Amino acid sequence: MLRPLADVAEQVGRATARGLADLGFAGALFAESLYWTLMGRRRRQPVRVGSVFVQMMEIGILALPIVTVLSLTIGVMLAIQGIYTLRIFGAEDRVTLGIALSVTREFAPLITGILVTGRSGSAIAARLGTMTINQEIDALTTMAVNPVRFLVAPALLAMVVMLPVLTFYADLVAILGGGLYVAIELGMSLAAYTDACIDSITTDDLFHGLGKSLIFAVLITLVGAVNGASVRGGAEGVGRATTRSVVHGISAIVITDMIFAFVVSR
Amino acid sequence: MGALPLAVAEGRPRVIEVENVVVRYGERTILKGVSFDIYDGEIMVIMGGSGSGKSTLLRQLIALETPDAGTVKVLGRDLGRLKGPELAELRKHMGVAFQGGALFSSMTVGENIMLALREHTDLDERTMRIMARMKLEVVGLAGFEGLMPSELSGGMTKRAAFARAIIMDPKLLFCDEPSAGLDPIVAAELDDLILKLRDALGITIVVVTHELESALKIADRLIVLDRGEILMVGSVEEVRASPNPRIQNLLNRRSEEATLDADAYLRRLTGEG
Repeated sequence: MLRPLADVAEQVGRATARGLADLGFAGALFAESLYWTLMGRRRRQPVRVGSVFVQMMEIGILALPIVTVLSLTIGVMLAIQGIYTLRIFGAEDRVTLGIALSVTREFAPLITGILVTGRSGSAIAARLGTMTINQEIDALTTMAVNPVRFLVAPALLAMVVMLPVLTFYADLVAILGGGLYVAIELGMSLAAYTDACIDSITTDDLFHGLGKSLIFAVLITLVGAVNGASVRGGAEGVGRATTRSVVHGISAIVITDMIFAFVVSR
Repeated sequence: MGALPLAVAEGRPRVIEVENVVVRYGERTILKGVSFDIYDGEIMVIMGGSGSGKSTLLRQLIALETPDAGTVKVLGRDLGRLKGPELAELRKHMGVAFQGGALFSSMTVGENIMLALREHTDLDERTMRIMARMKLEVVGLAGFEGLMPSELSGGMTKRAAFARAIIMDPKLLFCDEPSAGLDPIVAAELDDLILKLRDALGITIVVVTHELESALKIADRLIVLDRGEILMVGSVEEVRASPNPRIQNLLNRRSEEATLDADAYLRRLTGEG
């Protein structure tokens, strides 16, 4: 009778311990990445700028097409929903305010974060996982090349630069998408729409979104790295770690988003 | 150089000193108080069957793990007491050729070999390329520096791993199962390469293998490891002449007769063991 309860309690306990261990590992990775970024040159082992640029290309530039498509779609969707809702009050022309604020404060950072988790967070996990099972991480260690400096720090730096850039780009594209629909539906010119949007957004709104994307960047990289580095059990393990990194990454982003909104917006 | 008799080996400085090393994974004890020395310039083969603890022992020697008890000294330095930068400095004198090669799949063979030079020296690109080509020449892979690791055969991958391991001219070379998974001819070629590396570079080589033929061919001395314990350390002749039945089983590829403990067997079956 009590055995199943004990089993459940044991599983919960183990999962909690594992979660805390992962959290500690993520903190250590972050601290070590910062250390190598700041002190690497002094220790004659700098984080390679070339590696950072390669990662920036992978994380940022190559994600532009999909970010464009999704942001444009989100902008149009917000315009459709906004006009539908505001029509009840006869205030359709105020839709610009809704689009501008919800895009810059919420949708652009969130959608870009989720997208980059799926594209690049999983890629970090898969890469580190494959390198772990192929003993490439061991090889780096025995060559006196610190794996965190060599692999994690460049990815973290690239992510911290490129995710806010992508988010800002998503701001522009989503607002343009909304503008295109508003122009067709309400007959408002794009120039008037742009003016209304610029009037609606403050720098606080813009930095609210970009600040969140900065936190998401750190979360995505660390979740990918922790899952990748803890791979066991061959190719199947890499698959599991990749999936887990996407699930954990998206969960971390959404929960952090809510906490950030709660703390900053109240 | 040829095989090194124990008396000659013992006249040389010790480069690795292992004393009472114990390693536990959870409740399982993998190494049960292992002690031995390795002398400068010899090829020491650590031999044993699956589960004997030889790979775990190698991980202690190359400082990828720290033992639960005991000490490992490499080139006179206690690995357990070394801090990060000191350990990194020591690692530059150690080369490791991993079982599967462990070449970085995103880099060409040449870039793999040059990585340590790029990270630890101020050499210009041209010099690094020349050095990489020299090492590839030594392992018989001249002209292959532009290939990706995925384009290499099993034997070529291991050769490239050797070239990468010796790029910093280490004093110690560790090889994990160099001939595993290769056909007999390629495996024999790799054995010859190990002998050639010792003779040409004068380095100490530690080889972990379960391949009997290869072990007996290349070893100056052998450590026979079984179930986490050292059965014997000695020259090939001494190991061959050993009366120890477990060593003879290993040499003659005989399976051991398990002594049946009826109680333990019952406990295993009922899941209470």
